[in-house]
Amino acid sequence: MPKLLLDLYKKMYLIREAEAEIRREYNNDEMKTPMHMSLGSEAIVVGVCHALPESNHVYGTYRSHALYLALTGETDKFFAEMYGKATGCAKGKAGSMHLSSPEHGLMATSAVVATTIPWALGDAFQAVYSNINRITAVFFGDGATDEGVFWETLNAACLMKLPILFVCEDNGLAIHTSTEQRRGYDSLTDIVKKFRCNVLEGTGNDVVEVYAMANKTINYIITDKKPSFLCLKYYRYLEHVGVNEDFNAGYRSREELLKWLEKDPLYIHRLKLTDLGYTDEVEEIEKQIREQVLASRIKAQEAPFPDKDELMKGVFYGE
Amino acid sequence: MENKRIISYCKAINEALYQEMERDERIFVYGLDVADHKRTFGSGEGLLERFGPKRYFSTPLSEDAMMGLGGGGAVAGLRPINVHIRVDFLLLSMNQLANMIAPIRYGSDGKLSVPLVIRAIIGRGWGQGFQHSKTLQSVFAHIPGLKVVMPTTPYDAKGLLISAIRDNNPVLILEHRLLYWQKGRVPEEPFTVPLGQANVLRPGTDITIAATSWMNVEAYTAARIMEKRSVDVEIIDIRSIAPLDDKLVTESAIKTGHLIVADYDWINCGLSAEITARVYEKCMHQLKSPITRIGFAPTPCPTTRPLENLFYPGAETLVRVIEQKLGLERADLSEEEFFSYENKFRGPF
Repeated sequence: MPKLLLDLYKKMYLIREAEAEIRREYNNDEMKTPMHMSLGSEAIVVGVCHALPESNHVYGTYRSHALYLALTGETDKFFAEMYGKATGCAKGKAGSMHLSSPEHGLMATSAVVATTIPWALGDAFQAVYSNINRITAVFFGDGATDEGVFWETLNAACLMKLPILFVCEDNGLAIHTSTEQRRGYDSLTDIVKKFRCNVLEGTGNDVVEVYAMANKTINYIITDKKPSFLCLKYYRYLEHVGVNEDFNAGYRSREELLKWLEKDPLYIHRLKLTDLGYTDEVEEIEKQIREQVLASRIKAQEAPFPDKDELMKGVFYGE
Repeated sequence: MENKRIISYCKAINEALYQEMERDERIFVYGLDVADHKRTFGSGEGLLERFGPKRYFSTPLSEDAMMGLGGGGAVAGLRPINVHIRVDFLLLSMNQLANMIAPIRYGSDGKLSVPLVIRAIIGRGWGQGFQHSKTLQSVFAHIPGLKVVMPTTPYDAKGLLISAIRDNNPVLILEHRLLYWQKGRVPEEPFTVPLGQANVLRPGTDITIAATSWMNVEAYTAARIMEKRSVDVEIIDIRSIAPLDDKLVTESAIKTGHLIVADYDWINCGLSAEITARVYEKCMHQLKSPITRIGFAPTPCPTTRPLENLFYPGAETLVRVIEQKLGLERADLSEEEFFSYENKFRGPF
């Protein structure tokens, strides 16, 4: 149990610290890639990813720093990609919005809302087609459920009984427009429950709770042979895109943030660990990660940009 | 072995699918109503019976998600073939094509490949109108990462499809409905026609017509008519839209001195402009007349037959252009036989 709790904390702290480093450095204008920060959603991503079997495949969105870091645990290629360097996970061709690491199961992330959702359909179809035991997880925001392709995919996944874990990271905002301003219905999960899938919902602050819910819903996929839909609420701490707060914009109040900060995923999980007497272990984790992140950021800054001939490489297979 | 077997374009597609599905278990065919009793105009005949519903199935009417299924299935290791009974319907998948399938290889630094084949059929005749008749090859070919071919002959229908299936990139095949009845020599054993190569469909010396898809049939009729007047027309079937082989058409234009680009699509910002520009870049001063472009009228496709006749250029259009370019008198064509789909096809659709 302590190992699990520490592992979860380590993954969350890596995300928090890597993004803190981005926030410290972003204004130097060396990371020329639009940042959609994960701040606030760490427990959802870590809780779900930690519960996924080793052979998982995962798809995400343009807000996937957390997903990349939770699945890979590495920061060298991550920061190099932010700086557009040859040592980045896609040699700078992807940037913050298209992080991927297929070798770690992170297949693709996409900046056009909802576009990776049907890829999870195909991915899970392949697993069943080829008799492979695999869960395909796809992360998306509540804004993606406004898109037709979300419903097309949900319908097909339920029809075809595919092993997909739909993870809706519900922050109540699509860009700057609230759920109430976008929906002609009251409850997303009430509607999804009409489909032939398992539906679980909750709040995504406590990583242990999320981990337990994810395990439960993954078991449903395996035993019931049908998709699961996990809807978890969280609060987006920062602006839609960028590294700053935007409470001066007037569409939401800072009081909301303060309320959510009382149950901040890192804060409450750290408290749990120190209450259990793991203060030394926690501090050691934090120290190691701070060193890792700083070293990766400096390495990325010093790394070369891709060669000119890299421009034409990789459009087609065989090039 | 000399090949004498004659089969239709439709049968050639069917045979390619059958043989490739036999060869590679990762191949599956899916799309709206592919498994209905009509089997996509017969091109899918026998596949369900031989390979079962796991590898040949109809889908919900969800073109967007189904194209995404192809992308996700392909990067995970399958070789999907997604069928669209009209190019017009394929537009519902455009987001997936342009934003995910075409660029993902580049954006993943080559870690992901999308060996996906998309077959889409161009409709024409019996009132197909403005939502059952589009081709849009230049729109698709504009997008880096996507290959686009338009087979004209039964031989190419089989050879290009097999190449597309074996290619590790996404390939869009635009098949013309009226070509489904075309017959020609096709070897029974599997073979490939390389993607990215044009083809001399009819060698000639006096004037070149570079054509796509159905316009090759019209060019052939025009060549037959002009032959009687001792004008020897060379027809280049462009065949591969992306990558585009401009070498063969340039060589032909230099040889004959006259080039007509007859694209089965609208002219504005189209493939005909691309071919014309490329040929001019290479041999402008070796041509005897300016390049002429032929394509659809710049309107949506009308439904009623008299207007549809005006919308589509045909062999007669080509004959008139050839006469102008070569300074010939305007011939009486009233005795000539031109294609009429009613000879093959009567409604209702």
